[in-house]
Amino acid sequence: MNMIAQVPQLDTVKPITIAVLAMGGQGGGVLVDWIVALAESQGWIAQSTSVPGVAQRTGATIYSIELIAARAGMPYPVLSLMPVPGEVDIVLGAELMEAGRAIQRGLVTPERTTLLASSHRSYAVREKQVPGNGIGAAAAVYQAAGAAAKRFIVFDMAAIADATGSAISAVMFGALAGSGALPFPRSAYEETIRAAGVGVEPSLRAFREGFDGAGEPGQTRSPPLAPNATPDKRFPELAPVGHPGYDALVQRARAIFPGELHGMLAAGLQRVVDYQDIGYGAEYLDLVASFESFGSLALTGAAAKYIAVAMAYDDVIRVADLKTRSTRVERIRREILAKPEQLVQLTEYMHPRAEEVVGVLPAALGRWLEARPRAIAAIDRIVNRGRRVRTDTLRWFLALSVIAGLRRFRRGMWRHAQEIEHRDAWLAAARAAAAIDPTLAVEILQARRLVKGYSDTHARGQSKFDKVMAAAIRLQGRPDAAQWVQRLCRAALADEDGTALDGALATIESFLR
Amino acid sequence: MAERSFAKEVLDLRLGAGDEFRGEGILAITKALLQSGVGYVGGYQGSPISHLMDVLADAQDILSELGVYFEASASEAAAGAMLSASVMYPIRGAVTWKSTVGTNVASDALANLASGGVTGGALIIVGEDYGEGSSIMQERSHAFAMKSQIWLLDPRPNLESIVKAVEDGFELSEASNTPVMLEVRVRSCHVHGRFAAKDNKSPPFTLAQALEHPVRDTDRIVLPPASFLHEKEKIERRWPAAVQFIKERKLNEVFEGDIDDVGIILQGGMYNSVMRALQGLDLADVWGRTRVPLYVMNVTYPLIDDELTAFCASKRAVLMVEEGQPDYIEQALHKILRKADIAAKIYGKGPLPLAGEYTVPVLRGAIRSFLVSERHPALPDRLRAPNEAAALSDDQIQALGAAVPARPAGFCTGCPERPIFAAMKLVEKELGPHHVAADIGCHLFSILPPFNIGATTMGYGLGPASASAFNVRAGKRSISVMGDGGFWHNGLTSGIGNAVFNKHNGVVLIVDNYYASATGGQDLLSSRADNRSRSTQHPIAAAVRGIGATWVRQIDRTYDVALMRDTLKEALTTEEKGPKIIIASSECMLNQQRRTRPLFAKAVKAGERMVKERFGVDDDVCTGDHACIRLSGCPSLSIKYTDDPLKDDPVAAVDNSCVGCGNCGEVAEAAVLCPSFYRADIIHNPGGFEQWIARLRLSVIGLLQQRRERRRPMFAST
Repeated sequence: MNMIAQVPQLDTVKPITIAVLAMGGQGGGVLVDWIVALAESQGWIAQSTSVPGVAQRTGATIYSIELIAARAGMPYPVLSLMPVPGEVDIVLGAELMEAGRAIQRGLVTPERTTLLASSHRSYAVREKQVPGNGIGAAAAVYQAAGAAAKRFIVFDMAAIADATGSAISAVMFGALAGSGALPFPRSAYEETIRAAGVGVEPSLRAFREGFDGAGEPGQTRSPPLAPNATPDKRFPELAPVGHPGYDALVQRARAIFPGELHGMLAAGLQRVVDYQDIGYGAEYLDLVASFESFGSLALTGAAAKYIAVAMAYDDVIRVADLKTRSTRVERIRREILAKPEQLVQLTEYMHPRAEEVVGVLPAALGRWLEARPRAIAAIDRIVNRGRRVRTDTLRWFLALSVIAGLRRFRRGMWRHAQEIEHRDAWLAAARAAAAIDPTLAVEILQARRLVKGYSDTHARGQSKFDKVMAAAIRLQGRPDAAQWVQRLCRAALADEDGTALDGALATIESFLR
Repeated sequence: MAERSFAKEVLDLRLGAGDEFRGEGILAITKALLQSGVGYVGGYQGSPISHLMDVLADAQDILSELGVYFEASASEAAAGAMLSASVMYPIRGAVTWKSTVGTNVASDALANLASGGVTGGALIIVGEDYGEGSSIMQERSHAFAMKSQIWLLDPRPNLESIVKAVEDGFELSEASNTPVMLEVRVRSCHVHGRFAAKDNKSPPFTLAQALEHPVRDTDRIVLPPASFLHEKEKIERRWPAAVQFIKERKLNEVFEGDIDDVGIILQGGMYNSVMRALQGLDLADVWGRTRVPLYVMNVTYPLIDDELTAFCASKRAVLMVEEGQPDYIEQALHKILRKADIAAKIYGKGPLPLAGEYTVPVLRGAIRSFLVSERHPALPDRLRAPNEAAALSDDQIQALGAAVPARPAGFCTGCPERPIFAAMKLVEKELGPHHVAADIGCHLFSILPPFNIGATTMGYGLGPASASAFNVRAGKRSISVMGDGGFWHNGLTSGIGNAVFNKHNGVVLIVDNYYASATGGQDLLSSRADNRSRSTQHPIAAAVRGIGATWVRQIDRTYDVALMRDTLKEALTTEEKGPKIIIASSECMLNQQRRTRPLFAKAVKAGERMVKERFGVDDDVCTGDHACIRLSGCPSLSIKYTDDPLKDDPVAAVDNSCVGCGNCGEVAEAAVLCPSFYRADIIHNPGGFEQWIARLRLSVIGLLQQRRERRRPMFAST
């Protein structure tokens, strides 16, 4: 070795490094500009950069910031242009899964990283397009953050942004200040917002709430736990409402069924009574009661839920009924944030086809027409087109009211006959299974979940349901029959075309042969 | 009118000596051009250099004061050819584009420019889009520099070095009569930093002077025998002149270190990452001190043999850090050291990966492995074994893989291109899948979920040309897509002209959204806006008819999904010969919102009656199948959990970012999806009569509702 040159005295000071993960339109760029301006106002040197690429649209962007106190007599520091895994002090995730992505990329480490994240979700196309539930597990991010971050600060910043009329960037800036992770006073942050001069007041409001949301600076506490991913279901009480017919049904239900099922029974009963009438409610209780004798709580529970779903199938009458409810306009005004002085006009998008028209005809006539494709085609030519109707006008309100009023004739209609036939076959299969294998019967009842949507979507769901039912009957008697039906249902909800379902069915075929 | 206004940044262009410029890299380059007395600037927008074009477009006043001509070129080829103004005249010119895509397009002009050589400094600023976040193929501009013998600068990624590279580049170009390419990577283009500004300079020799006193010299024209002489001149005169200039002006930098039996040779652009990697190994600090000597190539072509041999002479081994492949520099280094008979061992690709971006962890690993292979004592024991990735193996972190969804870029909220592809999906359901040739632009997002449409992309404006082979008798026709940007870039000739001339029977879909949207909303020939300095409003339909197309359908509202669908079906089935051209026009929603939102707010404030449309979903009608989402993918059309105990799956929901484009309703109607959607027209400042009517309606409807609801049991949930 010939180390003659003098060993230079290396300075061990390190810059503060920050990574921001945001989606297009969340104001990630604004947040980064604020942090840079904040640091510069405090005599620090700040470098920021980003790789927007095509993510300028709706994808995710990662910004990188490095801050270091300027030192007299020293040259301009050499700062990194990318966040380095293991060397990041602060990670700001503007959405929960973006925080998860930062952890995946190794940017969050237990020795160094304060992770600030908004707990709200903005679902990716991949999550939204699944016919069932494709939403990623939020709890996984909370658990990983608990393991990976030195400190994990998480709250719903989007809600604050909405409430304060600001953007998530301002809330995050407040949370950053509140975390105490940067050596700058609160006033310097607020001054930065004022100096930038855009939307100052709302930004400051959001900043303050973000600051408070971060909790006490430096406070150590156990990492936050994931909130319940799905909100609690709202079960009504199985109690009288002051309507003699309904109250009698309640009386009956309370007498037959155990208390654990009362919530679900109330939900089911209210749905079918609201859908049709008191008699329909009695029919519902009869059908559910036919499962009570098997003595399985799970089975009766599934029956209480899915029989109601099957009985309250979606048809034009139901849609017209729901679209003309007195509570609807207020709900919509609330949802779209309409102010009292503003008028709201509503346009509905309807697209009736021959099937809908034939469905409301008397069953015998419907059956007769159904066997005559040319007649169906002729009807289709007349009715099949998109219709936009203004339900806030008297004319269309009345038209829909009349359709909703057809409710009283529903029992005699062709669609109803078809639904009842389909329903009864399904329930017969479930009862037959229940005698041998109650767990299989539960899965058969739950398969009803596959039938949903309108027109083509409904037909597709129905065909998946029929395939699952056929398989369920063939599987009956095997010890793993229930598990297989469950798998089939999951596969059926994974994609639109039923590719996953066909795959699973092929597997079953391979061992049933 | 570009997506972003640079009114504030333009002021920074006026800074002078004594001022400090603080801002983004690409704006620093713009300022450096003005400080260098540039005479003209051209280019074609694209990430990461769009902001250079946008800021100059917003800086017309300053440019005219200084006497600088700025042009938004029709293509990179046009921009490259623009540099020919510097061939005979001592005028500095600069052009810019996204590389390597733009350099591909411009290479014809660049080859000719480099052959004849230049008198005035000619600078080509390329935004090197390589590595993470890149939107194009992974290639190197280096190859173009070598093939045309254009000098390539790759400065250290800080504003001072980048600005200096601009100034040096012009001088190097003039000293060697050779165009110079300045390569800036994506992160350097967007880096925020600072440098000491200088005064702007007017070009000493102007374009007007040149026009009024034209000069010509046959020896500078690329035609034999002059072109044979050019090649000799390149080798015998221009190259040595460049090498001499680079050496004299010390454009490359050596950073000494005490561990001088080894060293690292690196591209300038890699400097900050290499330094951070060395810091991780306790071999450097944040103030730029290093223990391992560095030879930093701010000029990566040509190589300076003397400097390299001097740096390597007393070393037993060097590490060559060269991002991208092939490893042109490393190969050349081997040759240089071999010829000089220097024994220093060369490490490069090997410890470093052959391809991909050189991130800090990659570099740290390579430097570690380099020193370990050399059994070098400089590396402390604790740093000899890699310790990263330990945290990542945690089970809880592994579990994120299943939870965190990929989030590729997609169509914006209310994008007018969404209904086009929704219609294509509906056609696909009826007529089966077709071969779809895609193109470059926002519309390429069609290849991703939920649309999954598009088979290939062959380059900007080349969608129709890339379907040209499919002109045979068959049961189906090809569909090709191209945007208005690609259309004016070259698609009019390469796509439409080609199809007309060769009697192609395929369908060509031109997506016209009034701007070059993917690059930031710049105006183009067919833009509908009035532009102070450009000529706009030249319809695409007139152009395609002018070139001989006969089956042309102009759709003025892409949101009409049924019309889109039926037009596509007609195009796929009509008996008429020749290309079937559909022009689908609606304004880019991002730009439309930016344009109209302030006007709307102002009108509302002034008490005018204004209507804002938006969509919503009746969640009691929605069954949670999400078929609507599979035909949309709009960010504002999302899903939510429901508290309805009878529903298992989340239902659709429209959030308040909805701009009321109409796609949801149109798709629900055209695809016969479901009646859950409603459109709400929110009327600001309604008129008196209107309010009276609304009250009347409300009270009558209310009475009817009451009457109906008295007859049935009412529950809190309904």
